Amino acid sequence: MNTGTIVLFLLIFAGFNYFIKHRKIYAVYRVNRKKQSNKMTLPKYFGYVASMWSLIPALLVLLVIEIIDEPLLKSNITNYVHAENIEIGQDLDLYLNDIKNIKTDNIKDVDPIKLKVHEHYQNFETLISKAKTIIVISLAVLMTIFGFKKVTINTPARVYFEKVIEIILLLAATIAILTTVGIVLSVLFESLRFFGEVPILDFMFGTEWSPQTAIRSDQVGSSAAFGAVPLFVGTMLISAVALFVSVPLGLMSAIFLSEYASSKFRSFAKPVLEILAGIPTVVYGFFAALTVAPFIRELGTSMGLSVASESALAAGVVMGIMIIPFVSSLADDVISAVPNAMREGSLGLGATKSETIIKVLIPAALPGIVGGVLLAASRAIGETMIVVMAAGLAANLTVNPLEAVTTVTVQIVTLLTGDQEFDSAKTLAAFALGLMLFVTTLILNVIALHVVRKYREQYD
Amino acid sequence: MWSENTENSMISKISNTEKVKKSLKSRYLKEKIFKFVGLSSIFVAFFFLLILLSDVMMKAFPAFIQTKVELELDLSEENTGVSAKSDIKEIKDVDYRKIIREALSAEFPEVKKRAEKKTMFSIISTGAEFQLRDMIVDNPQLIGSKQKIELVADDNFDALAKGQIDLTGEQKRFDDLTINLYKELDEKGKVNKSFNWQFFKTGDSREPEQAGIKGAVIGSLYTILVTLLLSFPVAVAAAIYLEEFAPKNRFIDFIEININNLAAVPSIVFGLLGLAVFINFFSLPRSAPLVGGIVLSLMTLPTIIIAARSAIKAVPPSLREAALGLGASKMQTVFHHVFPAALPGILTGTIIGMAQALGETAPLLMIGMVAFIVDIPQAITDPATVLPVQVFLWSDSPERGFLEKTSAAILILILFLIAMNALAIYLRKKFEKKW
Repeated sequence: MNTGTIVLFLLIFAGFNYFIKHRKIYAVYRVNRKKQSNKMTLPKYFGYVASMWSLIPALLVLLVIEIIDEPLLKSNITNYVHAENIEIGQDLDLYLNDIKNIKTDNIKDVDPIKLKVHEHYQNFETLISKAKTIIVISLAVLMTIFGFKKVTINTPARVYFEKVIEIILLLAATIAILTTVGIVLSVLFESLRFFGEVPILDFMFGTEWSPQTAIRSDQVGSSAAFGAVPLFVGTMLISAVALFVSVPLGLMSAIFLSEYASSKFRSFAKPVLEILAGIPTVVYGFFAALTVAPFIRELGTSMGLSVASESALAAGVVMGIMIIPFVSSLADDVISAVPNAMREGSLGLGATKSETIIKVLIPAALPGIVGGVLLAASRAIGETMIVVMAAGLAANLTVNPLEAVTTVTVQIVTLLTGDQEFDSAKTLAAFALGLMLFVTTLILNVIALHVVRKYREQYD
Repeated sequence: MWSENTENSMISKISNTEKVKKSLKSRYLKEKIFKFVGLSSIFVAFFFLLILLSDVMMKAFPAFIQTKVELELDLSEENTGVSAKSDIKEIKDVDYRKIIREALSAEFPEVKKRAEKKTMFSIISTGAEFQLRDMIVDNPQLIGSKQKIELVADDNFDALAKGQIDLTGEQKRFDDLTINLYKELDEKGKVNKSFNWQFFKTGDSREPEQAGIKGAVIGSLYTILVTLLLSFPVAVAAAIYLEEFAPKNRFIDFIEININNLAAVPSIVFGLLGLAVFINFFSLPRSAPLVGGIVLSLMTLPTIIIAARSAIKAVPPSLREAALGLGASKMQTVFHHVFPAALPGILTGTIIGMAQALGETAPLLMIGMVAFIVDIPQAITDPATVLPVQVFLWSDSPERGFLEKTSAAILILILFLIAMNALAIYLRKKFEKKW
């Protein structure tokens, strides 16, 4: 039986249990109608508890088996291959894939040794599958019998049932923690392997980045260099351009929308601005690479400047446009949160609206605005598609926005797309960059959220 | 003494008023400028949006038109070596490329040189022979006589027919032969333009004129389906727990901090998670909508949780108290009363989360959905690509024919997003309650 069938069987089984228990308790209630106590639990809860007994332990065991069976298969085949002294002659994972994908209908074209391994693989797989079916089903049956004995008319069935549901809800909430742990572990683990090969100081402070490792050891100029400073500088440069565009525009739009605009204009303009945030980043990348970059290049040439066709400016400007709504909605929130008394006090003393905004509202809302800018910066640093499509690949150490630079995210994508074995320093470097990215954005987010919360408390 | 003082203050008062009056003009001017700057920054943003959308639309428009060339193909039994009653396998094995080339040579008997012939053959798409094969396999009666059949033109010829090539300019990228052949065919009325249905019916291809969007659309649907099935129940459960059941303790605080932080983690980091955990550790298939869906659901989970929490929070306490007062348990109160009341808000948040997932590219690049895949995926474990990744792949291709295909794919992606957002707005408007 495959997994789907087993799950289906378990569900049908559980439904059946529900039905039986429900009928049974209902019958008991009918008999005892005369001496009805006021603490009566609905019969369906007994049914639920009965079916939970048969379902949950079996499902948990099934899940565990599903998780371990793939590594088990892999290690078994590897052992078999070693025991039989078979020459693999290629990457182990690829070999295993080959073995799995052998179709039995055209045996003639297949290498007989591989066929032998395939046979072994199939035998073992059937064994696992049989074991899985027997274990899970027998567990379900056992637990059902146990549950049937356990659930009687005196069981507080509703309380049990609700407790289990509450635990399930709690588990759903902890997935957020699991995700974070998963991210940290996966990135950290691979990064540590990388730092075993490349010293962490070389990575953090080296100024040369050329991750191409030699295919042959005697190749000229092939030594890989993993100094990430050019990437950090490139990321900062593009993010700075993006903030330079988005902060003034976003802030001014927020001020206009919250202080000047009529409610009619506001209800029209806000959703339109939000559209900018809803457009997929890949579309911005396409726009940056094919429309904005050539435009900036031509503009620069006409002014006598040499502009790279993948200039940091183009990617930065388009990224800035993308985060305008982000900045403006955050700024809108904090400006609206400034108490009206401050606004009215300033206006009452004869200040004009713009003076009130510049001298009273903005200073009062400054922590919130700074928090918003930090969040926007973390957005810009982590943005991938725009820079992949519109920024360069060559790691130039420069702060001139007219030149091509590369960023951390671009390098992660370049290092990990394409077919290469997973253990090379090149692919591991991507995880080290990912760690840097995660830590940087995490710090920015924590500071920003803290600043914003502090600011909110100030006026609450 | 005092009168002097008052006089002084009177004077200073007058002069202050004067000062203020004098400064008023420049202050009002500043006010106007400030207001204008605010308004214009909004219009700058609008302007960019307009440029972006119109740019994409202008580029996308030609992709929906397909150029076909009508040729008289000799499908007689002598030429093909098969008859209408032959086995399907034999019909499949006929050399259709030869038939097409013969028809081209018959159309232009004056072309003789080898190099010129090569140029002439390249008028018709290299995929046309397979189309012809499929057409004849579906309809074997065509064999036995000469047939006038429209064949898909090559992307360069297509661009010529659409007038995208500047024929007068100095940098003529086209040789005169192709242009002359085009003019001749055009005069004979054999160049036909029709709506490009093929674009919606096929998967990816190396040839721009053969490439279609269907594979990517199906891949996106599978991926979003997986995302929805995983993230909706989990997010709703988490939101209900955090709003209704969670005690106030450090563990719960930690969960909340985690959710808020995950919402701001760059999407590419989720791709790294998917690669390291689901593909390398759990050995799930690469490039599959299954893994893509899992990664995207982890990514959209915080968005949906936050939206669902605010929807649940908006349900007034009186509803809960009434239910509890009538003897319902906490669980019954939540699932029978609070949850249904919050459902429209939760659904709106979910749809917005799904729209976000639909447009996401970066994490999917990490898990290998960037591969070149011709076949249309049949299951969630088949290799597939999704719409935004298809946009990325096509935009990277050097052939000019892919430019319009990229824009068309973007247009379709944006249409999907608009549809989803419109649904969200409709739901909100229809079911929104003011408590």
